Amino acid sequence: MTSRHIFVDGVFRQNAVYRQILGICSTLAVTNLLSNTLVMSLGLVFVTAMSSLTVSLLRTVTPSRIRMMVQVMIIATYVIVIDLVLQAFLPEISRRLGPYVGLIITNCIIMGRAEAFAAKNPPWPSFLDGVAMGLGYTVVLMSIAVVRELMGFGSLFGITVLPPWFTRWTILTMAPGAFFMVGIVIWVMNTLDPPGRAGQAR
Amino acid sequence: MSHGTLSALVILFAAVFTNNVVLSNFLGLCSFLSVSRAVTSSIGLGMAVTFVMTTTAGLNWLVYHHVLVPLGLVYLRFAVFIIVIAAFVQFVEMALERLAPALYFALGIFLPLITVNCAVLGVALFMIIRQYSFLESVAYGLGGGVGFLVAITVLASLRWRIRKSKVPPALQGAGIAVIMSGIMALGFVGLSGLITIN
Repeated sequence: MTSRHIFVDGVFRQNAVYRQILGICSTLAVTNLLSNTLVMSLGLVFVTAMSSLTVSLLRTVTPSRIRMMVQVMIIATYVIVIDLVLQAFLPEISRRLGPYVGLIITNCIIMGRAEAFAAKNPPWPSFLDGVAMGLGYTVVLMSIAVVRELMGFGSLFGITVLPPWFTRWTILTMAPGAFFMVGIVIWVMNTLDPPGRAGQAR
Repeated sequence: MSHGTLSALVILFAAVFTNNVVLSNFLGLCSFLSVSRAVTSSIGLGMAVTFVMTTTAGLNWLVYHHVLVPLGLVYLRFAVFIIVIAAFVQFVEMALERLAPALYFALGIFLPLITVNCAVLGVALFMIIRQYSFLESVAYGLGGGVGFLVAITVLASLRWRIRKSKVPPALQGAGIAVIMSGIMALGFVGLSGLITIN
C-alpha cells in the first residue's frame, strides 16, 4: 500500500465520521464554533498520529492479552499532553471544550485505528494512517462548523459576517441542529461517493 | 428533606430529561447508534450502562478527592478514570460469570463495549468540572445511565417502526438514525425550561 493510498482511504473512502460512524460524540459537541472545532481537530490529529506511531513501535513487544489496556494508556498519555498544553496556552478554549478534550481518549477513531492498522503495520505507514484519519475527521468537522456558526451565530471564527437583518437559525447552535447536520453530511457524502467499492467497515 | 438530597434529586432528574447525556451532551453516541438496531439488546446495554455509570461515578469521585487531589496528581485524572472504569468492568464481568450466569449471558456481551463508551468517562469528567458532592455525583451517574437507557430504547423502537419505510438509499442505516435522534433531541429541548443545571 502506497502513502497516497493510505491518504485517500483515510480522508475519503473510509472517512471515520461519515463512512464508519466513529467518533461522532465530539463531532456533535464542539462544532458550534469554528475556533473550538479547529483546536479539537488539531488535537485529534496529533493524538491519532502519535498514538498510531507508538502502538506500531511497540507492536512486537506488547503481549496480546493486555494490548487494549496498553493502547488506552498510550492514548491517554497523549491526551494529557494536549490538555496541559491547552490549559497553558489557550485557557479560554480549554474552558469551553470542557470535558470533550478528555473524551478524545474514548474517541473510537483512535482506538479503532490502533487496533485495525497500527497493531499490524510498521511505524511510518501507521503514522501516515493516523494523520490521514485525523485529517478526514478535520475536514468533516470544519465543514459542519462553518454551516453551524455562519447560520446560527452569523459569524466565522467569531467575526460577524452576516448583516443584522438576517434571522439567525438558533436551532443550529443547539443539540438537535448538530444531529441534523451530521445526518445531512452522511446523506450528501453517500450520494456523491456511494459506498461499496471500498467496502463498509460496519 | 436536606439540601444535599434535594440537589441530588434535581441533578438526577436533569440528567434524564433536561440535560440528557446522549441527546444534549452527545455522550455515548457510538454504541447508541450501533446497538439501537434491536430493542432487546438496547435495553440490555442501557441497563448495563446504568449500573456501571452509577458505580464508577462514585468510585471515581472517591479516587479523585481522596487520592489524586491530596497527592497533587490531578492532571493524571484522564488516565486514572479510564483505568478505574476498565478495571471495574472487568471485575463485574468475572463476578457475573461466577455468581449470576443468566444475567451474564444477558448483559455480558455489552460489558466490554462499556469501557470505551464515552458516556461513562464523560460523566466522571462532568462531575469534576461541575464540582458535585459524592451524593450528587452518584445521582448524576444514575441519571446519566437512565437517560441513556431511555434514549436508546426510544431510538431502537423508532428504528423498528420505520423498518419497512422507504428511506433514501444514501440515508439508510446510520444516516436516518442520526436524523431521528435530532428529532428526539428537539423533543428533549422542549423540556429544558423545567430546571437548569450549569
